[in-house]
Amino acid sequence: MDSALLVHRLHFAFTVTFHYLFPQLTMGLAPLIVVLKTLGLRRNNETYNQAARFWARIFGINFVLGVVTGIPMEFQFGTNWSHFSRFAGGVIGQTLAMEGMFAFFLESAFLGLFLYGEKRLSPRAHWWSAVAVFLGSWLSGFFIIATDAWMQHPVGYERAADGSVQLRSFWELVLNPWAWWQYAHNMSGAAITGAFVMASVGAFYLLLGKYLEHGRIFVKVGVVAGCVFSILQLFPTGDGQGRMIAHNQPVTLAAMEALFAGREGAPLVIIGQPNVDERKIDNPLIVPKALSFLTYRRWAAEVQGLDAFPPERWPQNIALLYYSYHIMVGLGTIFIAIMVVSVLLLWCGRLFGARWMLWLLLLSMPFPYIANTAGWMTAELGRQPWLVYGLMLTKDGYSRTVSAGNGMFTLLGFMGMYTALGILFLFLMRREIEHGPVAERPAVH
Amino acid sequence: MLTAYVVLDGFDLGAGVIYLIVAKTSKERRTVLRAIGPVWDGNEVWLLAAGGTLYFAFPQLYASSFSGFYLPLMMVLWLLMLRAIGIEFRTHMENPVWQGFFDVIFSVASVLLAIFFGAALGNVIRGVPLGQDGYFFEPLWTNFKLSPHPGILDWYTVMAGGVALVTLTVHGALYVAIKTEDELSQRASAVAVMLWPVQFFLTGCSLVATYFIRPHVMDNYREHPFGLVVPVVVAGSLGVMIWAAPKGKEKLAFVGSSLYIAGMLAGAAFGLYPMVLPARTDPAYSLTIYNTAAGHHGLVVGITWWILGVVLALGYFFFIYRMFRGKVRLEGEGY
Repeated sequence: MDSALLVHRLHFAFTVTFHYLFPQLTMGLAPLIVVLKTLGLRRNNETYNQAARFWARIFGINFVLGVVTGIPMEFQFGTNWSHFSRFAGGVIGQTLAMEGMFAFFLESAFLGLFLYGEKRLSPRAHWWSAVAVFLGSWLSGFFIIATDAWMQHPVGYERAADGSVQLRSFWELVLNPWAWWQYAHNMSGAAITGAFVMASVGAFYLLLGKYLEHGRIFVKVGVVAGCVFSILQLFPTGDGQGRMIAHNQPVTLAAMEALFAGREGAPLVIIGQPNVDERKIDNPLIVPKALSFLTYRRWAAEVQGLDAFPPERWPQNIALLYYSYHIMVGLGTIFIAIMVVSVLLLWCGRLFGARWMLWLLLLSMPFPYIANTAGWMTAELGRQPWLVYGLMLTKDGYSRTVSAGNGMFTLLGFMGMYTALGILFLFLMRREIEHGPVAERPAVH
Repeated sequence: MLTAYVVLDGFDLGAGVIYLIVAKTSKERRTVLRAIGPVWDGNEVWLLAAGGTLYFAFPQLYASSFSGFYLPLMMVLWLLMLRAIGIEFRTHMENPVWQGFFDVIFSVASVLLAIFFGAALGNVIRGVPLGQDGYFFEPLWTNFKLSPHPGILDWYTVMAGGVALVTLTVHGALYVAIKTEDELSQRASAVAVMLWPVQFFLTGCSLVATYFIRPHVMDNYREHPFGLVVPVVVAGSLGVMIWAAPKGKEKLAFVGSSLYIAGMLAGAAFGLYPMVLPARTDPAYSLTIYNTAAGHHGLVVGITWWILGVVLALGYFFFIYRMFRGKVRLEGEGY
């Protein structure tokens, strides 16, 4: 592979992976903060308001990191992927700019109001600012997903005389069916992260024996939301997304499942290592005919394998794509199990005393992050070798004026900078959790 | 859009520049941070929105300028992050040794950002080595002369950086003077008063230098005399600042400073029009608003929602600044 291409791909992959650690929590927490504020308003209970304030502080830290790591993402379209931008900017510039204009302004302005303005606002106005933050963050997610969805499944464009693509229909762009399935699946994934983090911090307080009242609220809201969204993540959103891929990118589906040879009644591989050279799966553990059923709702349906497509159109990194997909699905299944058991215990009134379950909730915090990251890797690796599916190859999109050496320089710079940001983030989060939900913050800001 | 970013983020950058000079005690430093606390990341959103607007309306310009200015843009990103690190750590550390360290990080990053933004504008006015395909790549510096293969930094762009630094410092000092009280406010306004002659002098120098580097800038003014409104606004707003700042009318001076910044940017844009990125190589390779614009339908759709978006955004900002109007005191609400 061309070394400049590799550097530019790693550059984007590294920065976007790090970036998405933050928005997935803010988008996941936003609706939960609205829930806490609503309960506080309804029951006129100060504990819920304290809980909402606590999570808004966590939200604030994540939002700031999301902004400072998000600006590089927008910049990189121009700096590292200028040929792509010149080609597609007339279309995806629309959704990217709309994110800034409609969603980001809304979110940042009302987050400031929510964090700093509680004493100047009436309780109802403060509730509305929480709703505005929620709307802003979820709109923001939509515009970004619509951009990615266009790259996965381009619609509403036309070819201009200079070879670039230009917008033909705005409504086709924002009503892209791919975008809506991907959005539902992605937002549900973000909500799972928010729910697990909330439940995990609650479980920590309960195990610690401090802030018990708040801890119970966190666990309760966290597991109920976690249960709902873990199930939505599988069905209908994951199922819908999967069939979207089967229909529009059959080669991607074959590579995700490492189905080298197409067949009727294709099996679903649970575990096993793809051996691309020999076109087989080592040590497979399979469910017979399940893939055919999940994809086409018929046990005997024929699923196309990789052999139906020329190798130069296969995603280049089949092994990583396969593992990303299987990690995502495997973790998603475990999430459902954890959350369903938690909700059952909660219903019987035994959850807060079940220390083993609280430990499980506490330790499960990192896994939704891994699952969300693996999901995005599935989407983006699966699109390869295309940058815009069927229209532009990844190798034609990077900035040819920016040499591999310059790209490497800034990639290393970002690695150093993000290490510092990561330490800052962990430090701030630990401090917030240590401080607890009750204490009014003595320091500024 | 870009002007809004410079005027808004400009004052919190400027506040960062004077931070170490005017705010001596830890309490005063906290007050300055508190004054920009509710607004600084919101102001950075304008940068993001401006970038997005550039992207959808002029994709070719976005592609070409961002890849050409690769290194300085990446450094701007790092500096923005360092500033965020500085502010956040500073406010959450009790240890005075580390507070001092992050004060310096915050302030130095602010100074460098102000210079970089000025240098970037200088590069656009001076022109860049665009090739026939509409792309270029500039190293950080070559020999600091205006050669056919210039770097990002040469004597002209460094001077533009100096203008930006002084301008934003005055701008930030006035904001701090408005938002704080007593000694801190007085010191900030003293900085503004002390720096305006420098600002006046550097503005003059840069205008003269611009005329020598790009004599064509005057053509647009000759052909469309209504453009002369811009220099009148610049001169008038400088006058207002000079008159109002020593009399303690910081609000008026701040308005003057905002108008001055907007005027300078508008003046540069008007002088270059219809070029948006002039070529130093062959003038025919210059990027203009015509050869970089997106397709017609996209522009029509874009401008429709864009106007709606700007109105909404201005609404939010008006509301927020109203909510947080008045002087900043340390006691009071949480977070």
